[in-house]
Amino acid sequence: MKVTLFVPCFMNTMYPQAGMSIVSVLERLGHTVNFHEDLFCCGQPAFNAGYWDEARKVAGPVVETLAADSADAIVIGSGSCGAMLKVFYGDLFAGTPLASAAVAVGKRTWEFSDFLVTKLGVTDVGARFPAKVTFHDGCHGLRELKVKQQPRRLLEHVQGLELVEMRDSETCCGFGGTFSAKFPAISTAMGEVKCAAAVQTEAEYIVSNDSSCLMQIQGLLDRQGKPLKTMHLAEVLAHQ
Amino acid sequence: MSENGEREKILRRIREALTNPAPQPGSHGHKPHSTAVPVEGFAHWLPAVGAGFDAQADLFARNSVQLKSTFHLLESEAAAAQKLAEIALAESWKRVAAHSDGANGPSTRAMVSALKLPGVWTDTGYNVHEMESCDAGVSECDALVAQTGSVLVTSRSAGGRALSVLPPHHVVLAHREQLVADLPDAFALLERKYSGKYPSFIGFITGPSRTGDIERILVLGAHGPKKLTILCW
Amino acid sequence: MATGSSQQFKTDSKRVAGDLRHRGLIQTALSKYETSRDLQKSAFQDWQGARQAAAERKWDAINHLDQYLVEFASKLEARGTKVHWATTPEQAREIILGIIREAGARSIIKSKAMTAEEIHLNEALEKAGYSVVESDLGEYIVQLRNEAPYHIVFPAMHLTRGEISALFTEKLGSAPTENPEDLTMIARNILRDKYISADVGITGANFGVAETGMISITENEGNARLTAALPRVMITLMGIEKIVAKLSDLALFLPMLATAGAGQSLTGYNSMYGGPRMQGECDGPEQYHVVLLDNSRTHLLADPEQRDALHCIRCGACLNVCPIYRNVGGHSYGTTYSGPVGSVITPHLRGLQEWKHLSQASSLCGACTEACPVKIDLHHHLLQNRRNAMAQKPVRWEKMAFHAFGFLANRPALLRALIPFGRLAQKFQWIVKGGPLDPARAWTETRDLPPIATKTFTDQWRAKKRAASSKEPVQ
Repeated sequence: MKVTLFVPCFMNTMYPQAGMSIVSVLERLGHTVNFHEDLFCCGQPAFNAGYWDEARKVAGPVVETLAADSADAIVIGSGSCGAMLKVFYGDLFAGTPLASAAVAVGKRTWEFSDFLVTKLGVTDVGARFPAKVTFHDGCHGLRELKVKQQPRRLLEHVQGLELVEMRDSETCCGFGGTFSAKFPAISTAMGEVKCAAAVQTEAEYIVSNDSSCLMQIQGLLDRQGKPLKTMHLAEVLAHQ
Repeated sequence: MSENGEREKILRRIREALTNPAPQPGSHGHKPHSTAVPVEGFAHWLPAVGAGFDAQADLFARNSVQLKSTFHLLESEAAAAQKLAEIALAESWKRVAAHSDGANGPSTRAMVSALKLPGVWTDTGYNVHEMESCDAGVSECDALVAQTGSVLVTSRSAGGRALSVLPPHHVVLAHREQLVADLPDAFALLERKYSGKYPSFIGFITGPSRTGDIERILVLGAHGPKKLTILCW
Repeated sequence: MATGSSQQFKTDSKRVAGDLRHRGLIQTALSKYETSRDLQKSAFQDWQGARQAAAERKWDAINHLDQYLVEFASKLEARGTKVHWATTPEQAREIILGIIREAGARSIIKSKAMTAEEIHLNEALEKAGYSVVESDLGEYIVQLRNEAPYHIVFPAMHLTRGEISALFTEKLGSAPTENPEDLTMIARNILRDKYISADVGITGANFGVAETGMISITENEGNARLTAALPRVMITLMGIEKIVAKLSDLALFLPMLATAGAGQSLTGYNSMYGGPRMQGECDGPEQYHVVLLDNSRTHLLADPEQRDALHCIRCGACLNVCPIYRNVGGHSYGTTYSGPVGSVITPHLRGLQEWKHLSQASSLCGACTEACPVKIDLHHHLLQNRRNAMAQKPVRWEKMAFHAFGFLANRPALLRALIPFGRLAQKFQWIVKGGPLDPARAWTETRDLPPIATKTFTDQWRAKKRAASSKEPVQ
């Protein structure tokens, strides 16, 4: 298949290895991957803050570029950006000339684990990662995109990997975009609760399908001096 | 009257507001699960109840255990009368409140009188201080609901509003035919029995009075009865 | 632009979020709830189907509200109930005070009513010289502490038994005890007398049934039943949005309210009242009044996008699952309705600009929407409130910042050129990290920030393409 990868802004700048891992996995499975260098952000920060005009300025070119893109699927390694394209672009562009194009782009967009399991029907990507791992369900992926079983089925097939569930895996880590900076005390409290639950599993790695969650969790773990490491799902799946 | 003025103003604001239609429920992103279904359909989603008296009585009994109410399924009225007497003795009742104007008035009067205790009959009115001094309140009911372990009462059929909630032990006298499967059935019963002339109070009683207000720890007998006993024959 | 309310929220929420004792207490309370809730939900044959049906029944009620309110009022009046209509809290208070004065009443007993909190009824009654006693145990406790309820269903969730014991010793002169049963009995004994001697009982309403002209009250303790049974005058204060069309709708709403709100199959007492004592009845109030309250509900009704927020059955499920609520507690919100539903409706009831911060203080995780038994689109309404607030009155620097970000995002070459400066700035960040000079202080005060990668994804992608096109192996 021809797949276009959309890389979220902070994955691009801070967690590029996660993006490269997605490329690696998709190519290993025999698909061609394309990437639009001029698309940087899905527009969610302005959208969430309530500045929908500014959000449209960023998201509009995304819609136009991807609408003209003839790839079989658009894949995003992030539940929150994925939700932005799949669910919120419809709201953002309602009543504008890009309305139907935005909805159409959303329909062709897949979150990475959902793409592998639901679209491609693949659960074993030939990965090997011998470690004890726990999974954090990023909220947008979980509740907007219904991604729950897909990452787990993929992790089940990773050689040597032991998956343990943490208590309250579905509870928000506290990132929430600009929320983490506007209400830092609340965000930190939420993150501390999440970290405590993860530490309790005695896992070596916390894995998630959203780098923004991982940024929050790792930021707190590092400050606390805890050895637990975060890792994007794609990086685990790329590991051989 | 200025109040009637408010009524018209409020209704006018509502009508104006409703000129703009709102989207159908559950429509954001996800398809509606089903279209509007009448109440008979509710039973499809609510907890399942088996068919027939035995299955339903069993469910009512299990619910009672969980709720910490006491349920006795008895063979006859005589057995019920005896059980009532046993309870009165075991708990050393000194005074009892009851009513004799229910559907089974004469039978209830006989059972309670047989206890040979001074008490309060609520039928034509009562003194609340006297009721407060009673150890138990005995009432009839409209139905027992298997699905939830509830007792259905009204101010007309169960001796008023206070009898089933003021005394510290509420004893319900019920008949087998009064057992209904679920809440939709209970509401259907109310409609059949009282439509057009509802009593001023209808109540579902599900277990003894309880509170979790202190650290979410269950305590019985917060204000209403600490004990609920259902005698059914 | 910080408002008084938003400043207060920031201060209180920060304090409570850092209070580890509070965190542990609430965590324990709510995990008990979660266990029983999940058990009850699984007993449903089709919980999602029930949610959809409940949403549809409330949609019908709210979208024909005028028609059902008229039916409701006329059915009540046919049974001798006096129905009053109040647009503002002041009008509602005046009506209630008028009823009490005319009745020559002196003591008043009250069961739980969030609408009464909303209109600050107790203060008004006390100012007028009446003694008002809260009969619900949790409400009674916070009343003694001169506090607002912490949670709409569990008003004293934030207190330990030790604190309650100390409170009772101080205010009631009772002997100290850590036993919850003993503490409950202390309150029960005191309140007993109040029920029996009260002239007026004031209740709220969970539902108002149009078809039969009845209000429905849900509770566990029996205090509302006593409030409705013994005093000679009964008053029910009800928000106009509590309407449901048919009596049989309660067959769905009552178990869902109990399941979502408290993890019970059904709450202890679900009682319907349609009028004062009827002929042939042996007790009950001589007078029954129902006071219908608007207080800006019609304002929310006029917003078709958020109208479904009026479907709320006040179960508290959204509060219970909200990670913000759990960490900041009910009091931080500083207003009657807290948690997600409070954050959605308060801007409509009390002013968008003044209260938009509650809609902003959310990570939009969506747990609330998932939990709501009547499928209110809660977390999307928070987004809509943000949009409406910024459209009405944008915050200049913020708007400019997003504009600048958009400018950069659409100029990838410029962005590539600027990123090295970001890396450079990060090299020096350790000097100010977390302190007052750190521009990223909001983050770095409590968390480490990851470095900007030496090679961004775009860099690596371009390198890969270059290597592929020149057929050299990629590093």
